[in-house]
Amino acid sequence: MEKIGAVLVIGGGIAGIQSALDLAESGYKVYVTEKTTGIGGVMAQLDKTFPTNDCSMCILSPKLVEAGRHPNIELLINANILKLDGEAGNFKLNILRKALFINSEKCTGCGICGQECPVESIDIYNEHMVINSAAFVKYPQSVPLVFSINKDMCIGCGICQAVCKAHAVEYFQQDEEININVGAIILAPGFDEFDPAPLQVYGYGKYPNVVSSIEFERILSASGPYSGMVLRPSDGDIPEKVAFLQCIGSRDVHHAKPYCSSVCCMYTAKEAVIAKEHQHQVNPTIFSMDIRAYGKDFDKYIIRAQDEYGIRYIRSRISSIEENPRNNNLILNYESEDGSLISEEYNMVVLSVGLNPPDDAIKLSKIFGFELNEYNFCKTDHFTPSKTSKSGIFVCGAFAAPKDIPESVIQASASAAHANILLHSARNSLVTKKVYPPEINVEGQAPRIGIFVCHCGTNIGGYVDVPSVVEYAKNLENVEYAEDNLYTCSADTQIKIVETIKEHNLNRVIVASCTPRTHEPLFQETIREAGLNPYLFEMANIRDQCSWVHMHVPIAATDKSKDLVRMAVSKANKIEPLQRTILDMNHNVLVIGGGISGLSAALGFAEQGFMTYLVEKTTELGGHAKNIHASIEGNNVQEFLSNIIEKANKNENLKIFLESEIDTIEGFVGNFETKLKSSENKENDEGTLEHGIIVVATGGEQYQPTEYLYSKDPRVVTQIDFEKMLFESKFDEKVNKIVMIQCIGSRNEKNPYCSRVCCAEAIKNSIKLKDLYPEKEVIVLFRDIRTYGLKEKYYREARSKGVMFLRFEEDLPPELEKEGENLVIHVDSPNIGKVDLELDLLVLSVGIHPPYESNEKMAPMLKVPLNDDKFFLEAHVKLRPVDFATAGIFVCGLAHSPRSIDESIMQANAVVSRASTYLSKDEIEAEGIIATVDISKCSGCGLCIETCAYNAITMDEEKMVVEINSGLCKGCGACVSSCRGLAIDLLGYTDEEIYLVINEFK
Amino acid sequence: MTESKSESEKEFEPKILGFLCNWCSYAGADLAGVSRNQYPPNVRVIRLMCSGRVDPNFVIDALIKGADGILILGCHLGDCHYGEGNYEAQANYKMVDKLLKFVKLDNRVTLDWVSAAEGTYFAKIVTDFTNKIRSLGPSPLSKKSNPSIEIQLKMKAVKQVVYNPRIRKLVGRERNITLNENVYEEIIDKDEFDLLLNETLEAEYVRNQIYFHLEESPKSVKEISNKMGIDKKIIFEQLLVLRQRSLIDLSEIKGYSPVYKVKK
Repeated sequence: MEKIGAVLVIGGGIAGIQSALDLAESGYKVYVTEKTTGIGGVMAQLDKTFPTNDCSMCILSPKLVEAGRHPNIELLINANILKLDGEAGNFKLNILRKALFINSEKCTGCGICGQECPVESIDIYNEHMVINSAAFVKYPQSVPLVFSINKDMCIGCGICQAVCKAHAVEYFQQDEEININVGAIILAPGFDEFDPAPLQVYGYGKYPNVVSSIEFERILSASGPYSGMVLRPSDGDIPEKVAFLQCIGSRDVHHAKPYCSSVCCMYTAKEAVIAKEHQHQVNPTIFSMDIRAYGKDFDKYIIRAQDEYGIRYIRSRISSIEENPRNNNLILNYESEDGSLISEEYNMVVLSVGLNPPDDAIKLSKIFGFELNEYNFCKTDHFTPSKTSKSGIFVCGAFAAPKDIPESVIQASASAAHANILLHSARNSLVTKKVYPPEINVEGQAPRIGIFVCHCGTNIGGYVDVPSVVEYAKNLENVEYAEDNLYTCSADTQIKIVETIKEHNLNRVIVASCTPRTHEPLFQETIREAGLNPYLFEMANIRDQCSWVHMHVPIAATDKSKDLVRMAVSKANKIEPLQRTILDMNHNVLVIGGGISGLSAALGFAEQGFMTYLVEKTTELGGHAKNIHASIEGNNVQEFLSNIIEKANKNENLKIFLESEIDTIEGFVGNFETKLKSSENKENDEGTLEHGIIVVATGGEQYQPTEYLYSKDPRVVTQIDFEKMLFESKFDEKVNKIVMIQCIGSRNEKNPYCSRVCCAEAIKNSIKLKDLYPEKEVIVLFRDIRTYGLKEKYYREARSKGVMFLRFEEDLPPELEKEGENLVIHVDSPNIGKVDLELDLLVLSVGIHPPYESNEKMAPMLKVPLNDDKFFLEAHVKLRPVDFATAGIFVCGLAHSPRSIDESIMQANAVVSRASTYLSKDEIEAEGIIATVDISKCSGCGLCIETCAYNAITMDEEKMVVEINSGLCKGCGACVSSCRGLAIDLLGYTDEEIYLVINEFK
Repeated sequence: MTESKSESEKEFEPKILGFLCNWCSYAGADLAGVSRNQYPPNVRVIRLMCSGRVDPNFVIDALIKGADGILILGCHLGDCHYGEGNYEAQANYKMVDKLLKFVKLDNRVTLDWVSAAEGTYFAKIVTDFTNKIRSLGPSPLSKKSNPSIEIQLKMKAVKQVVYNPRIRKLVGRERNITLNENVYEEIIDKDEFDLLLNETLEAEYVRNQIYFHLEESPKSVKEISNKMGIDKKIIFEQLLVLRQRSLIDLSEIKGYSPVYKVKK
């Protein structure tokens, strides 16, 4: 059967976008269907993201723009899948594109229709809190930026058609069915927020000051209904006391939402912190059962929330809310941990709603023929967490289980890896490679500048006197031609620009219109089509930064536009063609570490036909997994491990180096050279390995406890020891009373992070014990039980089987005492006070820590950073979770942070996809805007080497001058301004060019 | 109300403005003259070519200037010299009537049809209307009533509504989309349209009032709510729209209450 080199991604949220970008960059044609009218999903609605408090839109919108502009990505908005035929490798789909009533090809997104529309409809993006018109765009930064008509609200008055200068309004646009052919499908339909309205006890929908967390997210946003001020809906006052209620629609068997939604503890902490930042008068209180801050750097965030922002945490689940009718305040009655009944009045209540499967989950499963799990999320297997039950259909994001942004992005790449493995033989078969005419040599030519000034409908022309700007521009130095356009970005204008360049022999082009952030690539492509180097282009932003912000002062706006054009002309006079460096791409991969992560990653590459070197320092493959018998879900880890090792041994593209370590690594993306050395005494003369990619899968280590008489008394063991007893039938049946202590070597001063897996480990072993010996007694001493996501089920199972859980506070840890031969543990619990527990066996849930020494050695060798806890630090916590800032190097598994086996596999898969975006190419194109060194001026001081965030600069020790690797340089220019000898310059933004522009600023 | 009138009110002679179309009602008034049909002298007539020419703001403006009553008379439906001008008058009147209900002045404006042959009927309309207005007493906006600042501000808000381009667009397209067909070749249900128009008028009216209150001096939601006697939640919601449209801005925060001001 012929495999099709195209992939369909369902859903345009962050997960879908990431899958699409990965695959489009890996040589596949990608279709993305989105059921609303714009991509971006929930992330586009968020104000900030935890744990870094990054602005959500600021980090998302470049990805949106990239997806919108990518030549191999086709966005199908307002679309639903009707039918699927075929099988893995060759699917046929029938898709319904619902009418938008505005022609997307013609719409320029100028927004006049929305301004003129007489109907006030509801703004869904802002969670119904403000109004929008019936002719609308989902949100201002939406991709694609095209308007559509909300037919339910529209009264058909016809005004938008009359005012649309682009003639884009088409009231008779019909729904359209299209057929596409793809090799694989990725499901990324996301989640729906839990609707708290049916839970009448919280008064949501009845009391105005009870809002949902997603509404509060919009309240916090500067682009939201309250312009970022924290106000309450009943009277617009700043709420002093704000209560956040956790687990609304999560961990709730009564409302059929028994699972944990994984993200609410963190987003609630974030919302509380941001609320406090926006309005110092706000005093947030968070009511929660457990604080599940299980991710990388999450616990530190909670500590900061409490210590720096004074966020109050109360461990209680609120059962009901009453309103004080006098002032719309809300009265919360709750039972505190010690059992006393408390009643408090709050000004506002935020319900932290959980994540539900999307409402079309069942429909999707029927159309596509994959299975759902008991909660209607997509069913996956523990060891293939991104595969659905149907071959060729993969899943990512919250549809597989509730998860946060980085985990969604990881899984997005992981599912893309599966598509890569399935379709690699059809790679590059359907992508369009644009052919351009040869570049005209403009060297030595005097500048002949052409200027195109845009009216943008009336967006610019309505305020700025565009014809006078054109007249003004004509008289500037070396300007040969200037004209105005109704829309400079429209398709017909592009043809006109190409013709004008040819007709007037232009060799520099300026467009005065909107922002280069979205439109520069379009115009660069246009001038390239006319044979000009794309860098012979400048833009003057006279809309977003002029007409739109100076609407009431048209004369000043016109003057400013002229200034901006003059400044652009002065620079255009000096700009030169730039070349994007082409680097060869070696297709071999080096994977460091032979645990489950390393093995999974290595196989992902080898199965695509890439030669892969797997380096393991011990004598055998398998890493930590060798000690784990089962997952909490009951999957057989040992069987999986032996299968994957066998597969690795058999794969001829996979070369395994046991008892080997990295001696040296040289080079950069596409061109690495590595020498191995033998660990211990084994000889190793493999010579030098050449490869294009590095994967760091070096793992973590188990904390070796020094507390609680471990290694001094045989009755004190770790969970791993205990697991061995249970699963290998070595359990001493005389042992009757078992106590477990959580967070040993985690969440303390030395290791302030959560080790993520220990709660599940303790519960897994408790259940196993109860299944084998129901009469034995198990007490788990814990600080928070963090069975996040779908693991919550097992916490409930353990309790129902009689496992007891007793909480202790960080500063009052349990104390072990040996009374004669008896072990007694003293616990001071906030629930029941002080108790003494006799025990026969103490099981310590020890944490995971990084291999400090080897990480400290490896990081500088790879030129990649470690975080405070000495785990490897990824390029971006949210959106580049497995990449390093240095191109071509990736990280997965425990080297990144503590995580479970399925999560490690997911990350390993993600690495495969991220690296495939390089490996799929024979050569890689670097940026044209890069720094260059004038070696005659370089003194070799090395300041720039320290400044460079991308490790692109190295010292030529012989000549004592620096070299800049054009493949690694990202063109930020930091080295230029740090150079004390003015030896470095940045192409495209040279000192000379910038000083010229400064001179023109009058 | 009529029973307990005071002496001074009994002597009150209302000032009434009449907008008459040239072809029917104005001719009808002439016929009343020819026929010597007597009627009270309180109406001053402005002749227009068609009742459809009566801009909603003519009515509002006349009321602001102190008219105690306004009579709009056109041809009977179907008899319009220009075809359907009186239907336009009807649509405009409906909007004005809805708006004037907010300020309780709706009973001072009437729309009726008088043919060129109905001299007697014209006299009856004028007599009845004058009596009605006389019994109502002077308009709260007339000089006799010494108009309060509140009513003046409310009328300013009303005036702004009839000038609002969105409202004019809605009213202007009403007949087409509820009687003939809209751009989708569908007919919008009249009740549905009325509901939309009502909501829009009320929202704009409240917004304009808020705006003018803020123009006087910066105020908090609570202060505006007290002044207008409208629930804080509604004030806050409409205030957000004004802010979204960049008409108002945050001035300061007093205690826990943001204070807003008009954007200059």
